[in-house]
This record gives sequence, C-alpha cells and structure tokens, in this order.
Amino acid sequence: MSTRLHQGGRLIDRSKQVSFKFNGRRLKGYQGDTLASALLGADQMLVGRSFKYHRPRGIVAAGPEEPNALMNLGRDGRFEPNARATTTELFEGLEAASQNHWPSLEMDVGVVNNFASRFMPAGFYYKTFIHPRHAWKYLFEPFIRKAAGLGKAPTDADADIYEHYYSFVDVLVVGGGVAGLQAAKVAGEAGAKVLLLEQTALWGGRAPVDGAEIDGKPAQDWIDETVQALEGMENVTLRLRNMGAGVYDHGYALGYERLTDHLAPSDAPRHRLWRIRARQIITATGAIERPLSFAGNDIPGVILAASLRDYVVNFGVSAGDRTVVVTNNDDAYRTALVLKEAGLDIPAIIDARPDGGGALMEEARVKGIRVETGKAIAKVKGGKRVEGVSICSQAGEGAEQKTFACEAVAMSGGWSPVVHLWSHCGGKLTWDDAHSFFRPDPTRPPLGADGESFVSVVGSANGMMETDTVLADADATAKSVAKTVGGTPKSTAAPKASPEPQASMAPVWKMPQGAGYELRSKMWLDYQNDVKVSDVELAAQEGFESVEHTKRYTTLGMATDQGKLSNINGLAVLADSLNAEIPKVGTTTFRPPYHPISMGAIAGEASRELFQPIDKTPIHAWGEENGAEWEPVGHWRRAYCYKRPGESTEDAVNREVKAVRESLGLLDASTLGKLMVKGPDAGKFLDMMYTNMMSNLKPGKCRYGLMCTENGFLTDDGVVARIDEDTWLCHTTTGGASRIHAHMEEWLQTQWWDWKVYTANLTEQYAQIAVVGPHARDVLQKLGGMDVSKAALGFMEWKEGQIGGFDARVFRISFSGELSYEIAVPASQGRAFWDALHEAGQEFNVTAYGTECLHILRAEKGFIMIGDETDGTVIPQDLGLNWALSKKKDDYLGKRAQERIHMTDPNRWKLVGLESVDGSVIPDGAYAIGDGVNENGQRKTQGRVTSTYYSANLGRGIAMGLVLNGPDRMGEVIRFPKVDGEEVHAKIVDPVFYDKEGEKQNV
Amino acid sequence: MLILRCPYCGVDADETELAAGGQAHIKRETVGASDEAFEEYLFMRENPKGVHFERWRHANGCGKWFHAARCTETLEVFGTYSAQTTEPPKEIRDKISEKRPGWSWGEFS
Amino acid sequence: MSNAVSPLQGASFDGFARIEEQGLRGMITLRGDLADGGFGKAVAALTGCDVPDTRRCEVKGDYAVAWMSPDELLILCPHSAAEAGVAQLSKVLSGTHYLAANVSDARAVFRVSGEDARQVISKLAPVDMSPEAFGAGDFRRTRLAQTPAAFWMPNDKTIEFICFRSVADYVFALLSRAATPGTQV
Repeated sequence: MSTRLHQGGRLIDRSKQVSFKFNGRRLKGYQGDTLASALLGADQMLVGRSFKYHRPRGIVAAGPEEPNALMNLGRDGRFEPNARATTTELFEGLEAASQNHWPSLEMDVGVVNNFASRFMPAGFYYKTFIHPRHAWKYLFEPFIRKAAGLGKAPTDADADIYEHYYSFVDVLVVGGGVAGLQAAKVAGEAGAKVLLLEQTALWGGRAPVDGAEIDGKPAQDWIDETVQALEGMENVTLRLRNMGAGVYDHGYALGYERLTDHLAPSDAPRHRLWRIRARQIITATGAIERPLSFAGNDIPGVILAASLRDYVVNFGVSAGDRTVVVTNNDDAYRTALVLKEAGLDIPAIIDARPDGGGALMEEARVKGIRVETGKAIAKVKGGKRVEGVSICSQAGEGAEQKTFACEAVAMSGGWSPVVHLWSHCGGKLTWDDAHSFFRPDPTRPPLGADGESFVSVVGSANGMMETDTVLADADATAKSVAKTVGGTPKSTAAPKASPEPQASMAPVWKMPQGAGYELRSKMWLDYQNDVKVSDVELAAQEGFESVEHTKRYTTLGMATDQGKLSNINGLAVLADSLNAEIPKVGTTTFRPPYHPISMGAIAGEASRELFQPIDKTPIHAWGEENGAEWEPVGHWRRAYCYKRPGESTEDAVNREVKAVRESLGLLDASTLGKLMVKGPDAGKFLDMMYTNMMSNLKPGKCRYGLMCTENGFLTDDGVVARIDEDTWLCHTTTGGASRIHAHMEEWLQTQWWDWKVYTANLTEQYAQIAVVGPHARDVLQKLGGMDVSKAALGFMEWKEGQIGGFDARVFRISFSGELSYEIAVPASQGRAFWDALHEAGQEFNVTAYGTECLHILRAEKGFIMIGDETDGTVIPQDLGLNWALSKKKDDYLGKRAQERIHMTDPNRWKLVGLESVDGSVIPDGAYAIGDGVNENGQRKTQGRVTSTYYSANLGRGIAMGLVLNGPDRMGEVIRFPKVDGEEVHAKIVDPVFYDKEGEKQNV
Repeated sequence: MLILRCPYCGVDADETELAAGGQAHIKRETVGASDEAFEEYLFMRENPKGVHFERWRHANGCGKWFHAARCTETLEVFGTYSAQTTEPPKEIRDKISEKRPGWSWGEFS
Repeated sequence: MSNAVSPLQGASFDGFARIEEQGLRGMITLRGDLADGGFGKAVAALTGCDVPDTRRCEVKGDYAVAWMSPDELLILCPHSAAEAGVAQLSKVLSGTHYLAANVSDARAVFRVSGEDARQVISKLAPVDMSPEAFGAGDFRRTRLAQTPAAFWMPNDKTIEFICFRSVADYVFALLSRAATPGTQV
C-alpha cells in the first residue's frame, strides 16, 4: 500500500494538517502536498478509470504529464472537470471526485469493456457504428455518451473572475529550474528586461530531488542564492504558478497564472492570462520521463521512476514497501537509491541493457540492491494494484524466469525534452540517436517579424542530460540572447556542477523485444485514451502509415494530456511496424496550450457585465426608469417599446403606434450615425459614395440618399444635409455609423487620396430626438425659440437655433409619414431636452415610442429598412428605388456592378406590399411557393417576406416582400407556407399602406 | 498575433489594434470596363505562399490605412508603407529582393 | 449650459488605484495640414500650445493639444469654451482646407491615479506601460478591452482617458474591476 513515510518530504509541513474530501470521504494531507501526494499518502492508489475499457488507473506521474489522476474539483459555480491531481495544490476543504466510472470507482460497470477489449481494437468505433445509420443516433450514441467521457460539464455559471495582463519584455524565460534561473540571471545581469515564469509553486525544478551539487553546494543552496540575486534586480520579474502556455507569432506568448487555485475560494481573480510580447524567448522547460511498454504497465502502482522519487523526497510518500525498478537508463537507479535510503525495499532493478548501467549501478550494488541486466518485465501481476512482477529476457519472447512480489514498479524508458513551446510557432526538431529523443533543431527555429530566430531552448529541454551541461548550455545561450536584445552580458563563467557519469541509455520500445500479441495487447501507450502497442501495430497493418493518420485512427495522444507520455513511444512502435526509422516517420505537431488552461482565463475580463461593451444613449436612463424593453442594435441598446404597468409588449407597441399617428410621439434617435464631410472636394466625394447626386444639394436642404458597395448591393441609407458651401452632414443607420465612417475613410485614404476631403464621426456628440405626429409643431412652438412653421422650415429642410433654450439643429424629415422634426442637441443636454419635450407635450398626450413602433410606422408608409429589405444581395433596383439612382453621374460606387448581367435580369425579385387575405400577420421570412419543383425536388419559390407587422392603425397584418415580377402582378394572391403546415394567402399590393398621397406630412 | 509598425504613428501595433484589409495594389475598374476586367477587379485575388502585399488599418489607433509587405509562409515582415501609393516603394522591393531573391508578385518583382 | 451633464456625473471608485469620471471637458477635433505654418498659428492662438509631435500631447493650463493622426489633433479645453473655440478656428482657418468640430459631448473622460495606476491599463490595453516606454507627454490611441480609447499621463502616477460617451458605463466598470483592491500584479 502507498503510505506516508515517517520522515522526509522537503515540501510538506507536518505541523500543518490539511483536510480534504475525495469521493465524499474525508482525508488528511499536509500543507505543501499536491492532491496527488495527499491521495498516495492516504493509500488512495486507485484514482480513476480509463476512457474506453474502464480499467483501474493509479497515479503515474508527479507533474502536468499525469494522464490518469484527473479529478472533478469543487462544486456549483466553482466546479471544474479534468483537473490533474498532480498539479493541484492541496488546501483546507478541497473537494475532489474521480471520473469516468459508474456507479463507483471501486465497482465500475463499464469495466465489461475491458473484458471485451480484444473485440474493441483501434478504429473499433469507426468500423462498428457506421451501419445502420439510424442505429448510431438511437442506439449507439446515447449508450456511448453515457458510458464514455471524462469529467462532467459544469452546470452552473462560473463564480470566479479572471483577468489579462499585457507584458512587454526583452527576454521571456519559461521554466524556473536551474537552467531557467541561470538564463534569467545572465540576461538580467546583461541589463535586459526579463520575465521568468515557473509553472509550479517552487523554484529549482528537479535538481534538488536529483541530488545535484552546483558550485560545490547542494543545489537548493545555489537555487536560493540565485533567486535572491534575481529578486534584487529591478529589470527582472519572477512569477511562480505561472505556466508558459503557448508561443505564437512575432514574440507573442501566453503565461497562465493561477492566482487562487491553491487557496480556498475567494473573490480575487482566479487566473490571470499574461499576454506577453517578448523580443526573445528562452524556454527551459525540462524533460518528461517516458514509460516503458510491458504487459500490465497501467496497473495502479506502476509509476514513473523519477516521479516516485519526487513523491518520496518532496512529500515523504511511498507507493509501497517493495518497489521493483525497471529501466533502460541510469537515472532510474537514483530512484532505487533514494527509496533504499528511505528504508524501503528494492527487490530488484530490472535493466534492459545487457551490460546494465554505470557508476550509479555500481553504487546500487554496493548498497546491496539486486540488479538484473538484459532483463525485462514479462508481466505485472495484480488488478486494482500491483502485487508483483515476473521477469524475462529482454531479447526473448517473454518466457517468465522469476517472480518478485512487490507493491510498486518504478519505470523509466528514458526522457523526452519538453519541446512544445519551441514547436508551437514552427520550430523544427531533430532526432538524437544517443538519447533516443527529439530535441530542437537550432538550424530551423521559429522566426520572428525580422525573419530571425526568436526562441532558444536551454537545459534538458534542449537535450542536456547532466546538471553541468544544463547550466553551461543555459549560460551560453542566455549570453548570446542577451546580446541580441542589446544587453551586455557579464563575462563570468557558468556555474559548475559535480560530474554525474552515466552509461548510455538503450532504446527499448517493447518489453520484451519479441513479445507476442497476448503481451502487446496489455502494453499501454496512451493511458488516458486506452491505446496499446497492439492498436498502433494494427493501424500500421491497415495502412495508416502517416503518424497523423495513426494518431486519429487510434486516438493516440489525443486525450487531455496531448500525448505527453505516449507520443514518442507510439511513434517508435509505428516506426518499428513500418520498418522505418523514427525520424522518417515524423512527429506530430505540438499546438498550444502546453497544458489545458481555463476558458475563463482566455475570456479575461469579458464576463458578466463586461462581456461586451453596451452603447447607451444620453436618454438611456429614462428608458430604464420607464419600462423600456431593450433590443440590441449593433452594440446599442434601443427601446423596442416602453411598457406601462400591466401592459404586454403588444399592448405597448399598439398604443405607441396609435399615439404617434393621432397626436405626438418622441423617439430617441441618438443612435443614428452623424458624419461630417467637409472640403473643396466633398461634393464630388459624396457623389461617389451615394447613388444620388449630393453635390447639387443646396445649403439648408436635406436629401435621402442610398449607399452601395462596389458590388452594387445596398449597404446603408440616410438623410444628408448640406451645412454650408463645403460641409455636409450624412446620417447613417444605427448600425452603420462607424462602418460607414470607416468606408468613407477607406476610399479617401486608399483611392482618392488627392481629393481634399475631411470626415469626422460626430454621432455621439448629439442626442437626436424625433418629434413626430400631428402635434409635433405645436409642442415645438410651445417650447419656443425657433420658427418651425411650414413656411419657415419646409419639408426636407433644416435650421439651427434655439428651442426652449437648447442649442438645436432641427431637420424636418420624416420616416413615419407624419409631420416630423428630428432635433439634435449636444449629448450633455440630451436628457434635459427629452424631459423638456415630455413636460411640454403632456397636453398632447406625448408618447415615447420604441423601435418596433418606428418599424410599423415606416412599413405602413412602404419605407424600406436596411437589414430588413436588404440582406447584402439586394440592389436599389430591386426595391423600386431607381429614382434615387442619378442618371447625371458618370460613376458612383456600385454603378458598374449594377450593369452586370445578373443585376439586370428582369426576373430578379422585386419589392411589393403583401396583404394577407385573412388579415393575419404573415410569418417573418416566409417564402412564397411557386408551381412545380426544382432540380433537387424542392418546391419552387417565387418570393419572400422581408418585413411583417400588425398595424394597429389599419387593424390588420401588413408586410413587404420581394416577389418574382411582383410589381407586374398587383392583386394576385400568392401562398406562404408556415412551419405548422398551414398556409397564409396574401395579395400583392402597393407597398404604401397608409396615407398614399402623403397629406399628413405635408402640413 | 502579428505586430506591424504603423507607418503613420510609429506604433508597433499588436494585431488586436489592427484590421486586415485584404490584398494591396488593386486597380479600380468602373463604368466602361469589360465584364472580364470588372470581375477581375471585384473577385480575383492573389493567394501566394511567400511574398505578399496587403492592406491594413490601424483601426484601434490612428485610424489610418497602410500597406504591409510580408511573407505568408514565415510571417516575416519586410516593411510597412503609405497607403497613398499604387505600387510598393523601391526600398521595400529592394529589401524583399535581399531576403527573397527572384521574388515576383502580380506585376511586381 | 446649466442642464448639461457628463455621462457618469463624476462617479468614482477607490481600488488599488482611484478611478474618477472627470465631468464635462471641452474637446475639438481639428483636421488639417499639421505642418502648415498658418495651421500651427491657429492652434497656438487658441491653446497656447505648439502642434505636438507624433503621439505626443502638449499641455498649457486649461488647454491641451494631442496628436491623433497625421492630419488630426484633439484640442482639450474648458467645456464652455469649445463652441467659441471652433468658431475661432473656423474664422482663422477659413479659406484653407480644414475641419473643426466640437466633440466635447461625444466623449467621456476618466482619470486613473495612484502608485500602481499603470497596472490598471496594463490589464486592459495592449500597450507597454513601463515608465521607459510611456510617460508624461506621451499620447496613445488604442483599445481598452473591447472599446477604443486614448490616454495620456499628466504626471507619473496619473493617467487620463477618453472613450466614447456611450460606453462610459462599460469603461468605468472595466477600470473599477481592474483596480479591485488586492489585485496588483
């Protein structure tokens, strides 16, 4: 059984007990534990079930490479699935639950898949669930969804907040082991601005665990001194619990800082995503130990040798009294020695190398440890935990020679440099035969904006396997990087580490070499996705020769650990099956993030009320106070209607519609775009922007204008007012203000840059209020100041002056067919002016109205709305707006496009009014069906509804639509099927439903 | 996440301050153009692996359009320059020739 | 105008930095040929400031002139002086190609002050806020989270901002959350 040792554990504080819950059970650990070390200390060897076969799984590693110990953490708004126990720091009250089992971890029904495993090889799902098609939807998928999956999805909104932080540095160093510390120190001393990130809560990495000595001192002393020196440098920033998550183009990198994950829940930001721009990046991300492939290598108790060493040295935790060590390299001997030192038994070290190891092997033998060279594990005995191992010759087929009883197996298949960050942005790898790993190829680095390398890799991430070479590498590279960014490195020598003589490792991809199918189908490559040696071999046999195909076929390396343990081993098995060299088979591309990061960190501040900016007019607050039902229009919130107590939305809209036509309505039109266009060439420019002529508009007058894109399609409309000889004010739609301003600037800056025109977006400078209805003039006259009589201010004219003491620009324009004034006042006075109009309007039954009423009023008059009648495929000619297309102009944006064959096709659908025969409201977007079917067997269509409303003024539904030859078919009835299978029949009519002669606005 | 130096305000602008505007140096066709020429203008675009000329706008900045010459394969930036030109300036072309001898793009080389 | 109000009417928040909406401030957008002598004289006559260099900001008493783009300046002045300022510029520059517009009410103005004021910005804008990269006299247009903004530093511990009036609520909430006590970087 795994247990807490009586002594040892350099990271834990035995005086501070911490209690936590695992699957509802209360357990104890110590301050400084990870969840994984605390679980092992509490003899919780079994931590999860595998994805496909539901096999029992235990902790394998001690860091982010852990594939098995995935937990559901926390609860409610702080629930998080798939958290690694090995990277989760223990805190008082932590709640964790294991995943992927039902009904319980100990007794899992899904384990039946395990016994059927030989019938579920690679590609099983692809092969089995193809036919019959409907069975997938009704039979297989529901079952698989229930049975499979790792963590549960959270059901509550995230209770935490997150933030970003933009950081700009000369040199970013990722990894706070001895290599990273040395690199940061060198760069810092050279005067560079340095940011050093370490993903764990501690500086120094593996060196103290491995017993390194640097400059004649224990590694920890050197680490403490170096950190102290770095803390003393103003130009160096040090961050713990901050993982270098990804490296991107042009020196962009992400740091994932976990601020409160190691604490009980709080209101502080949980994660902070560092958005870093670095001129140079040094990655010192270390190396990850590889498992060995032997039968039963996934049984709980089989642990990576160096990780087991971490548990003993760092946390005073052992995986069992008797540990068999199995290796192909010298490093695992360190684990044997550490365990022995801690008073634990090592029944044997199984070394696959015929001649065994070097000095460390001798030391082990001196300590009385039995070493079996040229041997392999034939099979691990046990089910939910290790009970023993049998050994065989590595060179043979697995005939069992001996059996050792044990509770744990420490395995080491060699090391793989963590090259992820190097690879993220295009750095290439090279195969190192001596160590059997991929390391960065310095001749093919990631390139920055200047075409030069911007990432360097140092230490064991660069393939250095001894402390001395690690430090020398970090020192030399950091010096040259510091020079690249203009620093002056000190000419001090690199720190020296005591020699660590090692014998060469030997590549071992299968144990034993000649294992038969029975054994190979129990050798796990990918623990999390349940991919075995036999699966990869099957993939190769079935023709999946590319590693990228094999990966997808077998799901090797596609789990949440992204193959940190399995990639190289899987690749080697594939290469062996294809009888090719490993580098020829290639390696898969590493993509960011290195380790999963939270969605919250990516969103940063953009949650809840900050999810996105909401634009509010100066009159917005009045709406809040008066029942406004808001609708988003672009980023604006506009009132759809203003509901009075007891009113439904429909009641409110119908009341507003009648009030405007009968007496007086007020609309907050502040959101309409207001663009000033000025200069000697402004008229010429606007003649290009609009389909109509704007250059001949007289000062003091207004004109409705249409804008098209160069494709000929309508993009915006609005009223243009000429202010003076060289100044125009262009109104745009609500959504169009910044878009049309940018559109104008684009043409001015990139096409007609010699034209003398300036523009300014004045949209938000003004609050604009539409005063509409038979009493519009009365209320303005009551407020007094400006003469707004028919004679003084005619239709489509504007004037500046005072209204009720407010500085106002008054436009006599109408989007409703009523007598109507749009009045702009400075935004700071918008609310006061609105209030003044309300007070003065009391006697006229003044009614604030919203966008739905606005829409109904304009539809009653047959006025088009950009975004309803247009959808990016509609040209002015479709809408009967030919009158707005200037014949006098040689050119305007869209003119040539409107001559294209498809645009002049007489069969384009054209705008008409639609009157339902039964008076009902035709569904929005409904299609009119024609006779017969098209080549796909679908009913032919001959039109569609673009706007549809209930008109309280007319007491019936009205609509507009685009219909084939519509204007020539007045009076004809066409059919619109509804989603419920019924049909609405509608008569094609003139789109002007109300006051066809325009008498109401002509007063 | 590119960085491009805005030639107007000199800011090394993060891509999140910029708006991409597609291919550069397109000659406007209009009334009088043949259907083929007009289609070419509206729809046909270069899509090279390597040297490319683009339009960008410093949207969350000085608001100005500018041109960028860069490599679509390595993302190396050869330079940025004024929007008020119908062709890449000589110093930009020379810089590209130095880095990518024998390059060509549209009518330029 | 007595009934004129700024978007948030002086709202403030005390976090690790102090956030204040600054009330009404006069602002004039002035476009023209920045290198032209007559243009520079017109600016100086109104504000007492020279035309600023690229991305710089000149301050004289109640007036300031900021570089917005190669052909655009932003003049800051008392709110009540903006209309007259536009009129004066229009008079002096008449006959030349220019654009002057009162944009005082199109904007909201914020101030962030305190020892770590720079950090508030660093959480929201992709701009190097280290003292060697940005200091008094500098002026920067950028984005603040998802909305455009511009800022400058009257002194080393204070940052002033402008954003669009419509997003004043959003920006105030952004700055306040970024300045939450205890969240210094």
